[in-house]
Amino acid sequence: MHEAIDMPAWVGIAYLVAGVCFILALRGLSSPATARRGNRLGIFGMGVAVATTLLTHDVASLPEILIAIAIGGGIGLFTAKKIAMTDMPQLVAGFHSLVGLAAVLVAAAAYLNPVAFGIAEVVRTGIAYTMPDGTTYAGGMVQTFIPPASRIEMGLGVAIGAITFSGSIIAFLKLAGKMSGKPIMLPGRHVINLSLLAAIVGLVGYFTIDQSAWVFWTITALSFVIGFLLIVPIGGADMPVVVSMLNSYSGWAAAAMGFTLGNTAMIITGALVGSSGAILSYIMCRAMNRSFISVIAGGFGGDAAAGSAAAATDRPWKRGSAEDAAFLMQQAEQVIIVPGYGMAVAQAQHALREMGDLLKKEGVRVKYAIHPVAGRMPGHMNVLLAEANVPYDDVFELEDINGEFAQTDVAFVIGANDVTNPAAKTDKTSPIYGMPVLDVEKAKTVLFVKRSMGGVGYAGVDNSVFYMDNTMMLLADAKKMVDDIVKAMAH
Amino acid sequence: MSFIAILSIFVMACFVGYYVVWSVTPALHTPLMAVTNAISSVIIVGALVAAAAGGSVSSKWLGLFAVVLASINIFGGFAVTERMLAMYRKKER
Repeated sequence: MHEAIDMPAWVGIAYLVAGVCFILALRGLSSPATARRGNRLGIFGMGVAVATTLLTHDVASLPEILIAIAIGGGIGLFTAKKIAMTDMPQLVAGFHSLVGLAAVLVAAAAYLNPVAFGIAEVVRTGIAYTMPDGTTYAGGMVQTFIPPASRIEMGLGVAIGAITFSGSIIAFLKLAGKMSGKPIMLPGRHVINLSLLAAIVGLVGYFTIDQSAWVFWTITALSFVIGFLLIVPIGGADMPVVVSMLNSYSGWAAAAMGFTLGNTAMIITGALVGSSGAILSYIMCRAMNRSFISVIAGGFGGDAAAGSAAAATDRPWKRGSAEDAAFLMQQAEQVIIVPGYGMAVAQAQHALREMGDLLKKEGVRVKYAIHPVAGRMPGHMNVLLAEANVPYDDVFELEDINGEFAQTDVAFVIGANDVTNPAAKTDKTSPIYGMPVLDVEKAKTVLFVKRSMGGVGYAGVDNSVFYMDNTMMLLADAKKMVDDIVKAMAH
Repeated sequence: MSFIAILSIFVMACFVGYYVVWSVTPALHTPLMAVTNAISSVIIVGALVAAAAGGSVSSKWLGLFAVVLASINIFGGFAVTERMLAMYRKKER
């Protein structure tokens, strides 16, 4: 809230420029054509912010700082270069955890050395002294007094940062497959979580009247615990919401620390990132027709609909071969490919593009239909298709392409399930009722690539598309099936 | 700066964020998350303040550690965004 020293005007302007660069970086993402320019502006803005900070503070430890930047930068660049595109969701979750931990560390540093952050009043007392908040100090001591407003900002910053950190670690472990994606339910978890939350809020309030260390560290510890408990019960299919939500939290944590430092760049950025994550969470929830609260409450994708799934597997269905699929698609005028998480798991995107190219050579129109929650994070499928060199103007969002299935010869569903389930439109008892879905069943033929008939989607719901007369099930690993289709087409 | 001035900036920035993010094309939502990640590491400013200041050794080391973490994010976040964006291409005609 207070600047450390009286800063010259250019400093404020420099941080403002950095903030504006970050706004433009996001603005650039409105189209792939302007996105890269936006990203470079973002890099420039970050450079301005870092340089301004170093130039305006008495840097007692420049070599150490440069080494720290070099170590972090090296790790970051190496990771960014090596990471497989299919691993993007866990990378993003991992990065979120780092922002969270950094926020915790900065808040802790500010608490331990408030003078450096310009938020403390140093009080030298020759006699016993009573602070405005009523605390009495013994005589002859030097005390720092952190104003209550700064304590709230610090408390919020450390709490949100810690929740972001531990929550993102769990999300990372689940997305990387190092922990079961199934929801893990603790008995009475809502009661535990709500009381923890109440305790944290209460302690942040209490922190304003007592700046003792135990208050600060208890807030930190409880926040780590609640972050962990919040994400553990959330299942794999809800991860797009979780990743977006943690994205949002990392922004709010940065904003809280921006208030502490009175830094415009941090506040603008925190607000941008916070709203960005919140909007993405909203879009993801809407695409699943679930409320944010029900996602956070967790437990979706357990055994809710196991009964109906077991009963339905006796229904007759048709199995096709790669050759049948190749023949059907080569005869088609238009093929719409519907990719899902299974495509990412099987790394089938390159083979899929090859199949698309062969079809195009034969004069078939090939389009891709993306459901907003296909995959494990917003836009996951788009990145994988882009990686495989699929031109982005062949890739359509749900509302832009859904009307076309009725005039389409073949819908090729690969690794998606719940997002094609007509029960979402017709069956009021279905757990996914009301979720917008791709109308694949309207196509003349549906080719459904799936590993086996046994498994159901993450929602645990059976899909009536499997048993339609015009559906042919292609049971195999997604990549192997597409490779076989490509081979069959080449003949 | 007064608290009200800072709060005003914050609230305005929330609105800017709201409109800017709705204009982002859904195809670029993954790069959006990567780049927001990178820019939220502007928290490095706080880390640098802590690392640069004398007065408290523990605060300095916390700051330095935070600088490392934020740098991972900044370099990694921007680089991976750049890598993703380079893959998006139009149809060759």
